[in-house]
Amino acid sequence: MAQNQIKNMTLNFGPQHPAAHGVLRMVLEMDGEIIDRADPHIGLLHRGTEKLIENKTYQQSTPYFDRLDYVAPQNQEHAFVLAAEKLIGVEVPERAQYIRVLYCEIGRILNHILNVASYAMDVGAMTPMLWSFEDRERLMEFCERVSGARMHMNYYRVGGVSQDMPAGLAEDIMAWTETFPQMIDDMETLLTDNRIFKQRTVDVAKVTEAQALDWGFTGPNLRASGVAWDLRKSQPYDVYDKMDFDIPVGKNGDCYDRYLVRMMEMRESLKIMRQAIEKMPNGPTITEDRKVASPPRADMKSSMEALIHHFKLMTEGMHVPAGETYTAVEAPKGEFAVYLVSDGSNKPYRCKIRAPGFAHLQAMDMMCEGHMLADAVAVIGSIDVVFGEIDR
Amino acid sequence: MDPALEELKEIITAALGESVVETSQSRGELSVQVKRADIESVLTYLRDNVNCQFKQLVDLCGVDYPEREERFEVVYNMLSMTHNRRIRVKVRTGGEPVPSAVGVFSTAGWFERECWDMYGVPFEGHPDLRRILTDYGFEGHPLRKDFPLTGFVEMRYDDEKKRVVYEPVKMTQEFRTFDFLSPWEGDMPAVLPGDEKAEQAEAEGEGS
Repeated sequence: MAQNQIKNMTLNFGPQHPAAHGVLRMVLEMDGEIIDRADPHIGLLHRGTEKLIENKTYQQSTPYFDRLDYVAPQNQEHAFVLAAEKLIGVEVPERAQYIRVLYCEIGRILNHILNVASYAMDVGAMTPMLWSFEDRERLMEFCERVSGARMHMNYYRVGGVSQDMPAGLAEDIMAWTETFPQMIDDMETLLTDNRIFKQRTVDVAKVTEAQALDWGFTGPNLRASGVAWDLRKSQPYDVYDKMDFDIPVGKNGDCYDRYLVRMMEMRESLKIMRQAIEKMPNGPTITEDRKVASPPRADMKSSMEALIHHFKLMTEGMHVPAGETYTAVEAPKGEFAVYLVSDGSNKPYRCKIRAPGFAHLQAMDMMCEGHMLADAVAVIGSIDVVFGEIDR
Repeated sequence: MDPALEELKEIITAALGESVVETSQSRGELSVQVKRADIESVLTYLRDNVNCQFKQLVDLCGVDYPEREERFEVVYNMLSMTHNRRIRVKVRTGGEPVPSAVGVFSTAGWFERECWDMYGVPFEGHPDLRRILTDYGFEGHPLRKDFPLTGFVEMRYDDEKKRVVYEPVKMTQEFRTFDFLSPWEGDMPAVLPGDEKAEQAEAEGEGS
């Protein structure tokens, strides 16, 4: 009998694959239908954000953060303004802190809705995508009402937020938090016990606790592996220490657990949103320090000094004392951090953006090895990657 | 000064006294500069020691200080979940290879590739040191301070050649950097920007 020589095949996955969640090009070495090695090629969306920020003032830098993880923009902005506030040492009014926490949780739900729904679509379920985008749209409307932009809000400022919430918005968000649990329940009836969904996700790409720590996992991916770690609890920023919420933790660290953790987190986020609205005090929404935040528009019409402050801030920007800080927030995808080095001028000397997806995608090789080609799609969906933040 | 961090600093300097060059604490963050050759053993110690337990290397990045003798700084940010603490470890290099941390933390792989790509800092013992974020065939290291913001090449689709072509950057207007140094406040430089020419002109005037 003639012997057949079988060669390993190299397969190009992406960069225009619908399940690649953007512009991921992955070179897969296949042994039949089993993945031997996965080599993600990233950088197709690289825009040089860090270099651009080094050439912009602090206020001009915040919009770049919206465009990193464009699924949940406000959480990124939060990390940067917190870092700058830490270097300047400015106090943020309490109302602004509550608004920020409220909108961070909106960002978290925005992100988890999109991730769970698109993940479900990757493994074959169409309906969650169609249903959940309705609620995503409602949330983006809340963003629009407070900042004027549906997605790229540019709402957080060093020292507070750009403007107060309009009248009636808090009530509308509150009413929405009452209706949304029904939506989560509906999604769960579709997915959680769905036989096909479980066949595609249970025991796929198991990550142990030790592996998760070694590969720098953070956020839901880390918690799915059984590590109860959440920066909102352990290193609280703004008013997270006044909020009462739980941290969902997974057990097996497989794709299914990562999905479950995200579903649970949405319910916890709702809890935080309700508390933030209930406890929100009245008062200013941005610091009174005129070297950091520009004065109200009305003052500029009558006060010369206010006009000068505004002019100086809009042209020159604020000067940040020399120093360095590594400030991290719990973004929906994991630990999003900014390593900010200031030389005392009006521009950041170095602004390294630590994106959670970067570390997660790196572990693709480890997670995919020995799995089928179709599982690669489930793995990419479950680790929740967005290329805006990975490629920067 | 945070007493817990102070204590941690004592422990680290006592155990790694040979390797530690400098320690500093500001804004509740501890940063330790160590010798380049010892970085692997330092990271291993920080990961495994009972009092440190920095099990996660959350971030690794480069910083460029062109005026220094050893211009690059490689910064390792670590997190200990056991003690709920962070630490920053730094090494300096002038372009000489830094021992790779991949053996200690698997996650260092891509971060080191990024640092190589952006700053041109080589990592010794890295299993796969390729460029990561920039284009295939890119030249230069874009985050160095002497790399221009506009870059050197731009690309477009050439309809005649039916492929993407690279060309030198053409600017319709010269790139403008604004000078925000105010002569009325803060530390004034000896010569204000823009005044250099005035002095030159004077000197030339005297000469003739």
